[in-house]
Amino acid sequence: MTGHEVEQEETVPITSNDDVVRARQTVRTYAQQCGLSLVDQTKLVTAASELARNTLVYGGGGRMRCAAVRRAGRVGVHAVFEDRGPGIPDLDLALTDGWTSGGGLGLGLSGARRLVDDFDLHSEPATGTRVSVTKWKR
Amino acid sequence: MSDRVPILRIGQVLLVSIQIDLEDQTVLDLQDDLAERIVATGAGGVVIDITALEIVDSFVGRMLANTAAISRMLDAETVVVGMRPAVAITLVELGLSLGGVRTALTLDKGLALLERDRTARTARP
Amino acid sequence: MAVEHASERLVELLSRDDALQDQWVDAVAATLGGRISRAELERELTDLYQALTQALGKGGLDWRGEDYSEVRALLVEMSRTRARHGFTPTETAVSVFACKDVLAPTTDSTAEDITAYLQLTRLLDALGLFTIETYARAREEIISAQAEQLLELSTPVVKLWEGVVAVPLVGTLDSARTQVVMEKLLQSLVDSESEHAIIDITGVPAVDTEVAQHLLKTVVAARLMGAECTISGIRPQIAQTLVALGVQFGDIVTKATLADALRHVLHRSGAQQPAAPSTAGGDR
Repeated sequence: MTGHEVEQEETVPITSNDDVVRARQTVRTYAQQCGLSLVDQTKLVTAASELARNTLVYGGGGRMRCAAVRRAGRVGVHAVFEDRGPGIPDLDLALTDGWTSGGGLGLGLSGARRLVDDFDLHSEPATGTRVSVTKWKR
Repeated sequence: MSDRVPILRIGQVLLVSIQIDLEDQTVLDLQDDLAERIVATGAGGVVIDITALEIVDSFVGRMLANTAAISRMLDAETVVVGMRPAVAITLVELGLSLGGVRTALTLDKGLALLERDRTARTARP
Repeated sequence: MAVEHASERLVELLSRDDALQDQWVDAVAATLGGRISRAELERELTDLYQALTQALGKGGLDWRGEDYSEVRALLVEMSRTRARHGFTPTETAVSVFACKDVLAPTTDSTAEDITAYLQLTRLLDALGLFTIETYARAREEIISAQAEQLLELSTPVVKLWEGVVAVPLVGTLDSARTQVVMEKLLQSLVDSESEHAIIDITGVPAVDTEVAQHLLKTVVAARLMGAECTISGIRPQIAQTLVALGVQFGDIVTKATLADALRHVLHRSGAQQPAAPSTAGGDR
């Protein structure tokens, strides 16, 4: 898909507020192990927090897969958030700053995209949403 | 069920020091508790210390902005202190400028800021 | 002739005569012009030669296979050493390619030998390319390590006054460097508990949109932390470029010189001002 090697992987279910905290702690552990700078760690964990909350609140729960990855000599952290919720009807709109379907600030998706290096969003009505993000070590 | 963040009172100021990775419900509880305590104590200022916070996402950011707005309505000024550089950089990238929230580098400076405000306000006729 | 036979035959050919190894070393030494000692080269190539013979004996001709892991490891080490010592990619890869000449067919080679030789050249081509790739990767690592060191050196954050820190930026700003400087500046605000920062760009010849955006973001980030930034030393050309690019500094304070910025900051913070020089600049 994105053409990178997966070195280590972990899955965290996201079904409660607790799990959102657990998801970001998992991502932080991976980010530290991979040697991301403090600022990049913070950006990635913040993005993970936004996306995990989206999975819970808008997707009705799901899971996160977090992995240490390698591509073309670079190492990074890859996280995929999946749910089987209602999906996002209009992806372009959802990625616009300030757009929200549920009382948030509308910065979740668009903000998370700015915080990571690679961002990939797949969503189909009635089957669910998958967001994958990667942050590479600088 | 979830833990609540303790709110301390020092004179006219309410002090909240967030020490743990917050669950969303805890964040909402804190916002409610603060509003109640401001009214109950007649506090003139609120200091929220986030030195220990490793991330501030849009949810926590919104709570900070809301708390500042609510406390202002209740005649108390809110200062957020101790934001880490990495957190600040991330918030800017996220697109969150926390408009209306006053900030200070340290708890000391935050308290001093509230004190200056108070004297300025009382000096006014 | 089957491939297994080719590799068997190659092992025979390679093990036939110790002089072959020497020939290889000679050929490589000639290309490197004495920049590696003969003894070192001999050690390097002997290891490689043995590993290669063994791999051929065990695993045929698939250089990606498990049996070639030793060969690959040796090649990685060699390419890295070469890259660090400043050899060119050609000089590095030729060490592998020169091995071909050793077994080059002569007029009395049999058809089998020639077939085996062709297999060997294919194998060595692959290994040679692998060497070049490893070399390139090693070079990239060296370059990025140096760039990092340079960044560290070229971004001093200095304390100008009690509660005032400054970064005098000198030289071309790219996005990566600006980011590093800004992170350092924000951290120094925390470390020195300074509420004021001055970013002086007198020594910066040009600013593009991206760099300007980083500067702006830094100022906003500093505000979030409870500190104020002043930008000083914007040259006329830079101001023109920024306006042309549509960059606006909004309510960010800008001053012509570092001295003006410091005076402004001290005035704002109500600190004891240094005696103003007898110019009109000393407003109070």
